Amino acid sequence: METTKLPPSSPSSPTTSFSVPSAEKVDGFPRRSMRRARQRRSHSSSQFRYQSSQVELTPLPLLKDAPVAELHDLFCKKLQQCCVLFDFLDCVADLKGKEIKRAALNELVESVATSRGVLIEPLYPEAIKMISVNIFRTLPPSENPEFDPEEDEPTLEASWPHLQLVYEFFLRFLESPDFQPSMAKRYVDQKFVLQLLELFDSEDPREREYLKTILHRVYGKLLGLRAYIRKQINNIFLRFIYETEHFNGVAELLEILGSIINGFALPLKAEHKQFLVRVLIPLHTAKSLSIFHAQLAYCVVQFMEKDATVTEYIIRGLLKYWPKTCTQKEVMFLGEIEEILDVIEPSQFIRVQEPLFKQIAACISSPHFQVAERALYFWNNEYILSLIEENCQVILPLVFATLYRVSKEHWNQTIVSLIYNVLKTFMEMNSKLFDDLTASYKVEKQNPAVTLKK
Amino acid sequence: DSCSVVNRGFVCVCKSRFVFCFLQQRRRAGPAAAALWQKPRSAAQQRHSVTATESKMAGADGDDSLYPIAVLIDELRNEDVQLRLNSIKKLSTIALALGVERTRTELLPFLTDTIYDEDEVLLALAEQLGNFTMLVGGPEYVHCLLPPLESLATVEETVVRDKAVESLRKISQEHSPVDLEVHFEPLVKRLASGDWFTSRTSACGLFSVCYPRVSSTVKAEIRQHFRTLCSDDTPMVRRAAASKLGEFAKVLELDYVKSDIISLFTALASDEQDSVRLLAVEACVSIATLLPQEDLETLVMPTLRQAAEDKSWRVRYMVADKFSELQKAVGPEITKNDLVPAFQNLLKDCEAEVRAAAANKVKEFCENLPEDNREQIIMTHILPCVKELVSDTNQHVKSALASVIMGLSTILGKDNTIEHLLPLFLAQLKDECPEVRLNIISNLDCVNEVIGIRQLSQSLLPAIVELAEDAKWRVRLAIIEYMPLLAGQLGVEFFDEKLNTLCMAWLIDHVYAIREAATCNLMKLVEKFGAEWAQNTIVPKVLGMANDPNYLHRMTTLFCINALSEACGQEITTKQMLPVVLKMSNDQVANVRFNVAKSLQKIGPVLDSNALQTEVKPVLEKLASDTDMDVKYFAQEAISGECLSSSTIVDKLNT
Repeated sequence: METTKLPPSSPSSPTTSFSVPSAEKVDGFPRRSMRRARQRRSHSSSQFRYQSSQVELTPLPLLKDAPVAELHDLFCKKLQQCCVLFDFLDCVADLKGKEIKRAALNELVESVATSRGVLIEPLYPEAIKMISVNIFRTLPPSENPEFDPEEDEPTLEASWPHLQLVYEFFLRFLESPDFQPSMAKRYVDQKFVLQLLELFDSEDPREREYLKTILHRVYGKLLGLRAYIRKQINNIFLRFIYETEHFNGVAELLEILGSIINGFALPLKAEHKQFLVRVLIPLHTAKSLSIFHAQLAYCVVQFMEKDATVTEYIIRGLLKYWPKTCTQKEVMFLGEIEEILDVIEPSQFIRVQEPLFKQIAACISSPHFQVAERALYFWNNEYILSLIEENCQVILPLVFATLYRVSKEHWNQTIVSLIYNVLKTFMEMNSKLFDDLTASYKVEKQNPAVTLKK
Repeated sequence: DSCSVVNRGFVCVCKSRFVFCFLQQRRRAGPAAAALWQKPRSAAQQRHSVTATESKMAGADGDDSLYPIAVLIDELRNEDVQLRLNSIKKLSTIALALGVERTRTELLPFLTDTIYDEDEVLLALAEQLGNFTMLVGGPEYVHCLLPPLESLATVEETVVRDKAVESLRKISQEHSPVDLEVHFEPLVKRLASGDWFTSRTSACGLFSVCYPRVSSTVKAEIRQHFRTLCSDDTPMVRRAAASKLGEFAKVLELDYVKSDIISLFTALASDEQDSVRLLAVEACVSIATLLPQEDLETLVMPTLRQAAEDKSWRVRYMVADKFSELQKAVGPEITKNDLVPAFQNLLKDCEAEVRAAAANKVKEFCENLPEDNREQIIMTHILPCVKELVSDTNQHVKSALASVIMGLSTILGKDNTIEHLLPLFLAQLKDECPEVRLNIISNLDCVNEVIGIRQLSQSLLPAIVELAEDAKWRVRLAIIEYMPLLAGQLGVEFFDEKLNTLCMAWLIDHVYAIREAATCNLMKLVEKFGAEWAQNTIVPKVLGMANDPNYLHRMTTLFCINALSEACGQEITTKQMLPVVLKMSNDQVANVRFNVAKSLQKIGPVLDSNALQTEVKPVLEKLASDTDMDVKYFAQEAISGECLSSSTIVDKLNT
C-alpha cells in the first residue's frame, strides 16, 4: 500500500468563534448557526452513567522512575487505572481523579512513543481493553436533529481531554516499531473494527480526524482485516445512501478509501468494480454531497487511473444521477467531470462523448450563470480542448444549436462572452462544419415546419 | 428521412408487432435488454422496417379513436422524462386500448425492459403494475406481471423497491393457490437468494403474503429462507427481516412461532447493530400478542427486559415509544411486575430523547394499568418520577410531559389532583420554556372537568399574559389560537376583566400573522359571547382604530369588519360599521382605499339593498375612477360582485 497521505497524527482542534461578521447578516436574518449557538453546550456520551460505582484513583509512581523489572507491571497498572471513566458534564466533579488519569495517559503515550521494548505480549490485551473501554460508546443523540454540517457548529465531545489522549495512545501503539500485528490481531478483531467504524458518526471533527488516521494504520498493518473493513465501509455507505442519509464520517472514510484504491491490484477484482458502480457512484445522490465531494471525486479519479476501462461506467453513472434541481450540486458534478476528463484516455472519451456533451450542452443553457460558466470553462482546459478538436465532427453538432441560441439569449454578459470564445474556437477548428451548421441552424429557425417535415 | 412522430405512434397501434422492438432500440438499452429482444439492427435497417410498416399501413384503414393511444405509446420512449412519466401514469389506458392479449405479449415485455429508466418513471411503473390484473386478463394471467415487478424489486432506489414490493403483495392475493406455488413463490425464492442486498431486502416483505396459502412443504422452505435472511451478512437485509418479523409471525402456526420465530427474535434483539436491535422491539409487540400468557415470561420477557436496558439509547427510545403497545400485549400481571419498574427507569433515563419518549406515554400507561391497584401504582411509582420530570433540564422532556400531564387528573380524581397534580401544573405554567406553558394551557379542558378552572385561574393569568407578549411571534400566535377555548372555560366576566385588553393589543401587533389571527379570534369570541357583547366591548375599539395615524392599523379595522360583520348582524353592520368604511374611502393611502372596496364587497351580503344602492354603490363608483390602478381594479371587482349579490337579495325578497 502506498504511504499515507493523511494528515499528521495529532490533529489540531478546530476552534471556530461564534461571532459572525456583520457583513453576513445584511439580509436581516441571523444565520442558523448563530441562532443555535446560544443553546449549544458540549455533550457527554452516556457511557459514564453506566459505570456502577466510582473508584477512587491513587497516583502511581512515574514510569520513568520505575526499575526495568517492574516497568511492565507498572505500565499494566496504569492501563488499568485509565479504564476508569469520569463525568465530564460536571466539570468540577472528581478533579483529582481526572488529573491522575490525564497524567497516567500522558505517561503511557510518552512511553509507547519513545521507549523501546515496552510493548510485550501481555500488554496487548490490557492496552486494547483500555482503549475499548474509553472510546467505544453509543454516540449520544445529536442535540440538533436537523444538524447541517455546513451551517451548524458540531457538538463537541465533553470527555475530549481524556479521549484525545486515549486516541493518541492508540495511534502511538499502532505506530510503534515494537508493534507486532501477529499479536495485535487477536485483540483487534472484526468486532473491534466494527465498533471503531461506528464511531466515525461522531459529530466531533477532532475525534473523526483521529479515527481516520487510526483506521488507516489498522488497515495497513492488519492484513487479515482488510476485506472486512472494506465490506463494513460499504455497508455504512449503503445505509447512508438508501436508508438514513445521515453519517458524519463519510468524508473521512472516503479519504481512507482514496489511499486504499491506490493499492488495488490489477486487473481490478469484481468486488472493487462493484464497489465503484454500486456504492461510490450512488454516493453522488446524497443531499449532503458538498461535505465529501472532494474526497469522493478523488476516489473516482483514482479508480480511473488504476483501470481506464471503468471510465464508461463512471461517466454514465454520473449522467444518470445528474442533479435536476440543485445547481450547487451541478457545479460540483461539472467539477468532477473536468477532473475525470483531465485523465481520460482518448479511446474511452469516444465511447462517452455523445451523452456527455448532450449534458454539457444542457448545462451551458442553464439560466444559473455559475452552472453555465463551469461548463464553458472546459474549453479553457488544453487537454479537453484537444479531445474536443479530435472529435469535432461529433461534438460540434451536439452543442452548436445550444451555443448559438444561448449566445443570443443569456442574461449574463460573462456567459455570452465565454460562449463567443467557444464559438470562435470551434470556427478555427473546423470552419467548414461550422458554416454548414450555422446555415442549417438559420434555415431551421426561419422555417421550423421544414425541419419537422424532414 | 423518417416518418413523423404521429405516424410512428400510429404504426405502433395499428400494425406493427415489432413496434416495441423499435421503441426499445431508440432508448438507452441496458445490457439485459438486448437479451430480451431481437438482435439490435442498424439504423438503416431500422428505417427500412418502419417505412415498410408504414406503407403497409397506408393500405389498411386507419382507426382515429386509437390516435391518443398512439401518442401515449410514442411518449413512452420520449427523451423528456416528464413525457415518459406522464405516459407511464396513463399506462392503464394504453393497456385497455391494446387489449389483454397484446398487453401480455407486447406491452409487458417492453415494460420489463424499462427497468433501465429514471427512478421517477420506475416508481410510477411499479405503482401502475399493482393495479394491472384485469388489464392482463384477470387472475388467471396475473402472473404475467411478475417479471417486471421482480426486476423493479431489485433496483437500488428504496422508494421504487418498496413500491414494487407493495404491488407484489397486492397481486399475490389475486393468484390462485396453484399459481402462487408455481409462479409467485419461486420469485420470492429467487429474490431471497439474490446476489445484491436489494433483492434480499425486498424478499423479506413477501414471505408473509404467500405463506398462508401454500402447501406445507413450501411453507417449510419459506420458513428456511426467512431464517437465512435473519442472519444475513449485510445489516440492511437483517433490518428488513427484523422489520417484517412481527408480520411474518402473525401468519405462522403457533408451534412455529414458538420454535422458529422466538429464536430469530432473540438473535435479532441481540444483533451487533443497534439499528437491527431496535426493530426487534417492534416485532416484540406482535409476538407477545400471539403467545399465550404462560409462555410470555420464558419466551419474550428476557429479551424485552434486555431491550429496556440496552446500552444504545436508540433501542431504549424504541421501547419507550412502543410502551403502550407493549403494555397491552403482555397483559396486566407482567405490567405490574416488570413494566412498571422498566417505565420508571425510562422516565429517569440518562438520555433526554428517551425520557421525552417515555414522558409522552405517561397518561396512556397510567390509563391502561389494571384498575384494581391503578391509583396505588401511580401514586407510589409513577408520580415521583413525573415530579422530577417537571424540573427536567431538557425542554423537550418537559414539553412532552406538559402535553399529557393534565390527562392524569381524570384518572386520579379531584382530591389527588388538587393535592398532587395542581402544584405540578402551576410549576409548568411558570416554566421558562413557552412550549411547556402552551401545552398546559392547550389541555386545560381536562382539568376543568375535574376541579374547575378557578383553581388555576390565578396562575393562569400571568402565564397567559407572558405568552401573549412573548418575543417570538409563533408563541403569540399559538396562545391566540387558544383564546376562544380559554374564553369558553373562564367565562365572559373573567374575560372582560383580564383578557380583553390582550385581544385588542394583538390587533396592533407588528407581525401581520398575529394581526390576522387576532381578527379571526375576535370573530370566534363574538360567536361565543354574542352580538350585544360585541357592540359594547369590541366594536367601538375596532372602529376607533380607523383614525389611527398608522395605515396598517386602519387596514386592521377593515379586516376586523370583514370578519365581524356576519357575526354582528345587519343592524350593527349598517349603523356602525358601514359609515366608517365609507368614510375610509377617502383615505390618502391607496392600500386602504382598495381594501375599502374589498370590504364593501365582503359585507355587501349583510347589508340591505337600500344601503347598497344609496350608500355603497356611489362610493364604489367613485373608487372605480380612482387614480390608482389597484383601487380601480378592486372597485370594479366589487361592483360586479355587488350587483350579483344585491340581485340575489332582491330575488330573495321577491319570492
